[in-house]
Amino acid sequence: MAKAFNWLLPHPLLTLLLVVVWTLLQNDVSAGMVVFGVILGIIIPQITAAWWPDRPQTIRLGHMFSYAMVVLWDIMVANIEVAKIVLTVPNSELKPAWIAIPLDLVQPEAITVLAGTITLTPGTVSADLSDEGHSLLVHVLHTDDPDAVRDEIKNRYERRLKEIFV
Amino acid sequence: MILEFIAIIIVALCLLIGSIFSLVGVIGLLKFEDSMTRLHAPTKVGTIGVGAFLLASMVYSSVYGGGWSIQELLIMSFLFVTAPISANFIAKVNMHKRACETPPPPVNDETWATYKVPEDNLPEPDTKSA
Repeated sequence: MAKAFNWLLPHPLLTLLLVVVWTLLQNDVSAGMVVFGVILGIIIPQITAAWWPDRPQTIRLGHMFSYAMVVLWDIMVANIEVAKIVLTVPNSELKPAWIAIPLDLVQPEAITVLAGTITLTPGTVSADLSDEGHSLLVHVLHTDDPDAVRDEIKNRYERRLKEIFV
Repeated sequence: MILEFIAIIIVALCLLIGSIFSLVGVIGLLKFEDSMTRLHAPTKVGTIGVGAFLLASMVYSSVYGGGWSIQELLIMSFLFVTAPISANFIAKVNMHKRACETPPPPVNDETWATYKVPEDNLPEPDTKSA
């Protein structure tokens, strides 16, 4: 039974996501569309299985949700800060900086989420990963103390991601 | 009636906020001088700017368009997933073209992936002339 379930739904969360996205795309919740979404949700994970051989097995959805809320809030706060920098700081006083962040995360999925978060928060852009994947290169628009930015990213985002991808 | 009034205020506020942040993003794009700092401007337009416009669209079509509209959430999530990737590509091109300050070396490893040359692509050592 469990084997049949695994064969039919190798990635239950992806299936659920596909059904939700399909229903949203139609903007219409009717039985026919949901059934078609379920069919897509069963077929697509099976044919894309080759591309996620070592996917993380456990993702804590509750932590994921609170992480998303923290990130949304930070995006709003950082937006206002960067708008202030753009409008008030003259170019000659701007202090852009590179930061190298040592990573404790090892899963590629977790590192991708961290890099995406850093780019989405205005004021920081993640630029590159080191060749073995142990540190992340981040560009900061304006900072007096690069080490403080590094510590904040590590404490605020990476620590939470470690709880999501156990 | 009172509901429609509140809705129209919310829509107007969202449009205003979105326009302000888009404007600031464009000002940043024009003002900053090198390509790495310029990259920071569009991330603002891509998050708050578009987010506020989509929120306005959601409220408007829910009140006036007949029925709920949550497709905008989908636009938002696709944008959030794809925007960092294009920003990352632009940053890598800047690093390759040396259009920015040289970044510091990584903490634990030898070099950044962008500068890493695959071993079978290294120039051949010149043995003939020796």
